Amino acid sequence: MKMKALIPLGLFAVLVVFLAIGLTRDPHEIPSPLIGKPAPLFTAPRLQAPDQQFSAKDMLGKVWILNTWASWCVACRQEHPILMEFAKTKTLPVIGLDYKDQNSEGLKWLARFGDPYDLSITDRDGRIGIDFGVYGVPESFLIDKAGVIRYKQIGPVTEEALRDKILPLVRELQK
Amino acid sequence: MKYWLALLLALQCAMGAHAGEATPLAEDPVVEQRMITISEELRCLVCQNESLAGSRADLALDLRRELRTLIKANKTDAEIMEYMVSRYGDFVRYRPPVKPITWMLWFGPFLLLIGALVALVRLVRRNQRSAAAPELNAEQRKKAQSLLKDTELPS
Repeated sequence: MKMKALIPLGLFAVLVVFLAIGLTRDPHEIPSPLIGKPAPLFTAPRLQAPDQQFSAKDMLGKVWILNTWASWCVACRQEHPILMEFAKTKTLPVIGLDYKDQNSEGLKWLARFGDPYDLSITDRDGRIGIDFGVYGVPESFLIDKAGVIRYKQIGPVTEEALRDKILPLVRELQK
Repeated sequence: MKYWLALLLALQCAMGAHAGEATPLAEDPVVEQRMITISEELRCLVCQNESLAGSRADLALDLRRELRTLIKANKTDAEIMEYMVSRYGDFVRYRPPVKPITWMLWFGPFLLLIGALVALVRLVRRNQRSAAAPELNAEQRKKAQSLLKDTELPS
């Protein structure tokens, strides 16, 4: 009888554990189905030279990062100094995709805050973003030599994410 | 940092009303009707509790434009769904597919219901048993009868 009285308490404890786990998770972080899949082979005009096309095919054989950003994106400013520092290490090419932005605004933004990108391209109407499943900039994709997406950073790249997740994976992929 | 992103997204939702240019009116009512039917099944990823049909977030506008393009290209509903799920995952669907990872989601409530019914039936049965009149053996019956006789009211 005494044991039976404890059953509701046990059930309650299980519920509390589930709710507590739920509280630590960010509902805006939706796991991407594209991890482990080939990245879309897109072409896009370059930000500094719109008549020249960048092709994702040219990056095959390299480990690289595609970082989506925009001049209107506030969180991008938070991530920007980290990208600037990271660019100095010359670990791997970082391609910046200026997402749904005016070219002039994008260029102004880079002139003002600095340009961490090896190359900048534009996605004026957001179509490339849709193919990558982007739903809020900044988002970054780590792509391996075979052109497969290996990691997606949702939201700003943080120092912790860079140190604990991205860089160890990059070292492994660059072997 | 996550909170900043959340705040930004919330602001984007709030400001969606006056972002971008005016939406073009439906050129083709048939395409538009199909687009609405499909987009009501889809979640807007920026404002997660809104359907793609109802959301005014920038991304929702873009995705509705993509849906129109796909419909005009004579894609089937299943192909369009696959287009969305391959990019944004099952979360984009309001009705998640039945597969091992969603079994708990689909069948969990029924399991709870069955568990509750079993517990209820057991509880009711136990109460009935304890409420039933206790059986008397021959000796007890005799004693009871003699007691009843003694207390009989004088006529």
